Amino acid sequence: MNDMVSKDVWVFVEQRDGKAAEVSLELLCKGRKLADTLGGELKAVVIAANALELAERTFHYGADEALVVAHPSLAHFRTMPYSRVLTELVREAQPRIVLFGATVIGRDIAPRIASATGSGLTADCTDLQIADVNYLKQEHHRLLLQIRPAFGGNIIATIITPDTRVQMATVREGVMELFPLQTPKPSRIQQIPFEPLPLDELVEIIERHREESRVNLKGANIIVSGGYGMGSAENFRLIHELAHVLGGEVAGSRAAVDAGFLPRERQVGQTGTTVRPKLYIACGISGAIQHRAGMQESNKIVAINSDPDAPIFEIAHYGVFGDAIEVIPKLIEVYKQRLK
Amino acid sequence: MLSSLVLVKQVPDTANISGKVMNDDGTVNRAKLPAVFNAEDRVALELALRLRDRYGGKVTAITMGPPRASDVLRECLYMGADEVCLITDRKFAGADTLATSYVLGRAVRKLGTFDFILGGRQAIDGDTAQVGPQTAEKLGLPQVTYAEEIRDVSDGYATIKRKIDGGYEVLRARLPVLVTVIGEAAVPRPYSAKRVMQYKNARTLIELEKLADDNSLLYSDRLVHEAKAKNLFIQTFTMDDVDVEPERCGIKGSPTKVHKIESVVLAGGDHARIEPTKEGLGKLIDALARDHLFG
Ligand SMILES: Cc1cc2nc3c(=O)[nH]c(=O)nc-3n(C[C@H](O)[C@H](O)[C@H](O)COP(=O)(O)OP(=O)(O)OC[C@H]3O[C@@H](n4cnc5c(N)ncnc54)[C@H](O)[C@@H]3O)c2cc1C
Repeated sequence: MNDMVSKDVWVFVEQRDGKAAEVSLELLCKGRKLADTLGGELKAVVIAANALELAERTFHYGADEALVVAHPSLAHFRTMPYSRVLTELVREAQPRIVLFGATVIGRDIAPRIASATGSGLTADCTDLQIADVNYLKQEHHRLLLQIRPAFGGNIIATIITPDTRVQMATVREGVMELFPLQTPKPSRIQQIPFEPLPLDELVEIIERHREESRVNLKGANIIVSGGYGMGSAENFRLIHELAHVLGGEVAGSRAAVDAGFLPRERQVGQTGTTVRPKLYIACGISGAIQHRAGMQESNKIVAINSDPDAPIFEIAHYGVFGDAIEVIPKLIEVYKQRLK
Repeated sequence: MLSSLVLVKQVPDTANISGKVMNDDGTVNRAKLPAVFNAEDRVALELALRLRDRYGGKVTAITMGPPRASDVLRECLYMGADEVCLITDRKFAGADTLATSYVLGRAVRKLGTFDFILGGRQAIDGDTAQVGPQTAEKLGLPQVTYAEEIRDVSDGYATIKRKIDGGYEVLRARLPVLVTVIGEAAVPRPYSAKRVMQYKNARTLIELEKLADDNSLLYSDRLVHEAKAKNLFIQTFTMDDVDVEPERCGIKGSPTKVHKIESVVLAGGDHARIEPTKEGLGKLIDALARDHLFG
């Protein structure tokens, strides 16, 4: 392979109201490992009004260099200028890998850049690895394996983009682990000039309202999670009661969210949040692979399900075969008796 | 007067996967899943119809897919679409989002110019949310994703409310614009009984040819002629009709390749079984307490 081609890994550091998104810091930590395996550098791309200040944080998470695009007009994310800047940077430098958070912002901008640069892009990866691959009788050196549960069944698909220079992927918050460096990397900043264009103004923000989410599933020690099997929003109250008694957070499966039992920000799984609590209690959740992708690394898993063959039992440490509507009140009662 | 084009997709009904559609190895047999109208695309169509109700104009719906995807186009007609178009070709099969958006972009260009291109945020079979933004890029249009409301349109600008992480923002977008909408944006209208009667026999060329093949008394030329006369002919674009480079379509044009598919072999249920009785649950609490999981 040509030694001139870049082995660098880039992470788009997303900011909201001038604060770096946690998922971006997680991706820097993962990107650090990927860059080491490839023998390249890890670069953080920071686009913001306060980009210089944000860039300093990236060195605590392993960045070798920050590409900084600072301009007052870039205070809030807007598709046109952000994607224009990033597309130009990617075209110019041809990094080997570019990672984005699978957030509203990441999912807005990543496909646009992939399209403009003709790059492969895989959404919602649950694992990323580097490996030599033989694809259609051809050896490919050190490709990015983009691993995600595939539609239905118990299937994990490994996606590769062997023919494109740039390999892109999005990853949900919480999937990659966060471990700040003891001693940060030395600060190295490359400032990229930015000039606003009329094209940037095709879409203007005229009103904006945001609050930091109060939901903190990732930080919870105990999570009580309900599925479609809870049957109704009213029965779902039991999940809240159990969580309240145990001092845990309420979560659920996508089917439960779709049924309106709980808000989407509390969904666990491949397209929700990935959690690793000390205790995860799954009530009326079948255990589809997309759900397991978000909770299987929990320290202890308790499953309550009325189907003895439900896949959730396969990863549970404790299995209660029974009707959750009857089991949960009993569990609350017993808990209160024993641990007052 | 506004002209809107809606991108719709027929998807396997992943919400209703039951034992009947599972293969012995635990994988899903896609062919056995019922095919449905992707819910967020239906919401996008509803928004387009509301724009037409309010400002006048025309609504066109298109889909790329296998021949049987014409089902969702008939449903678009039942809801109120003025025109529909099926984009189908064996050479488009196996397309990832990049190859899909390339063909969609070309088909849109061929169909004319539009004030709005609308679509659902994502399709439930892949959940990638990539085709919208990629089609916008291919058409050189600005985009608004995660839209929950199109408030109004005036002087060539639309005011659109969209969801963001932790809140919402209101944007003023210059037309033409591509908008992807989330499910909460609107409740799609039911089919009009009158329109169902009117369009249930709307057919594509492929369907009419099949009809003629199955019945020696029918000739496809006649059928096409009749369907056209009654406004029941669903336009079809194949590769020859849209101006595309073949190597950018279908599998060939798709940079993402499936390298490996693995069935997940589960550990095999070596969990402790807990009786659903107070006694059993007491043991569970004790065990969890021993592991210091509480407090
Ligand atoms: C691209 C894609 C991404 C996805 N992402 C996610 C994701 O992030 N998170 C997620 O969770 N899912 C996700 N899914 C959906 C996933 O495939 C499943 O459909 C979903 O997890 C099922 O939710 P469930 O277990 O609550 O419902 P079901 O599968 O309907 O299971 C209900 C369970 O409840 C049990 N039950 C019924 N009644 C009772 C009772 N009275 N007491 C006890 N048990 C009872 C049943 O035996 C059954 O096991 C995704 C799917 C796709 C295609």
